[in-house]
Amino acid sequence: MIGLPHVLLLAGVVFSIAVAGIFLNRKNVIVLLMCIELMLLAVNFNFVAFSRFLGDINGQIFVFFILTVAAAEAAIGLAILVVLFRERRSINVEDLDTLQG
Amino acid sequence: MLINILFYLFAATLVGASLGVVFARNSVHSAMFLVLAFFTSSGIWLLMGAEFLAIVLVLVYVGAVMVLFLFVVMMLDINVAQMREGFTRYAPLGAVIALIMIAEIAYVVWYRHLGLSLVAHAPQVAENVSNTRSLGAILYTEYAYPFQLAAVLLLIAIVAAITLTMRHRPNLKKQDISAQVSVRKADRLRIVEVASEKRQ
Repeated sequence: MIGLPHVLLLAGVVFSIAVAGIFLNRKNVIVLLMCIELMLLAVNFNFVAFSRFLGDINGQIFVFFILTVAAAEAAIGLAILVVLFRERRSINVEDLDTLQG
Repeated sequence: MLINILFYLFAATLVGASLGVVFARNSVHSAMFLVLAFFTSSGIWLLMGAEFLAIVLVLVYVGAVMVLFLFVVMMLDINVAQMREGFTRYAPLGAVIALIMIAEIAYVVWYRHLGLSLVAHAPQVAENVSNTRSLGAILYTEYAYPFQLAAVLLLIAIVAAITLTMRHRPNLKKQDISAQVSVRKADRLRIVEVASEKRQ
């Protein structure tokens, strides 16, 4: 029988893979954005699982709002990326050193 | 039994697709793996009884967000080889951190149980009412104001994205409606008195 721990562990594994992806693809901003989407997906998994196994529909409402925020974030992130590429002809993270960070 | 098999199948596909997102050489392939990840998660959400969210995940993510990603990936010409520099250098660090995080989460979730393993046989959410109906019933009553705020947030995102990407080219010929409307007769029309020709 599939229980709560199975789903939570799956979400944890997906989240950890996304974190590792942020470490590995330190140059490509697009893949960084994709890894953030993957992290949000893993978090949504937790909400859906708790909603299912605690019998509380409120968790699914939160997934709804997280989806909204993630869609807005992706749209603005990609818009910034397009402007960045137009200015610098590059999306390499290491080229973005104007603020000396 | 069938549900177990489906869950493990979807879970394996999801983990494989996530690894594909991280390790794919080409950004387009990463985006395609992410689409696969969203499809399989939607399947798992269906198994968990969240039908509405599963459909929304496919419609919003695969239908809108990932298409946006693919557009941007294909619009920018990216030097793939240059992007792969330093991949192997950071690989051990990333792998170690991922393994530590998985171990910690597994310890908490699997061995400590969170005191929740007793609810494996879950109370069904609203037995004879569909998931969409119960979600809508609570979304438009208890969460009406957050729902409105989410709508405003989306509007702000639209305005921000359009403002960021709008480009003003200097020598572009275009219609200036306010100038057209505010023009007056005196600006354009000049009545010239022309002496009529003398009759021969």
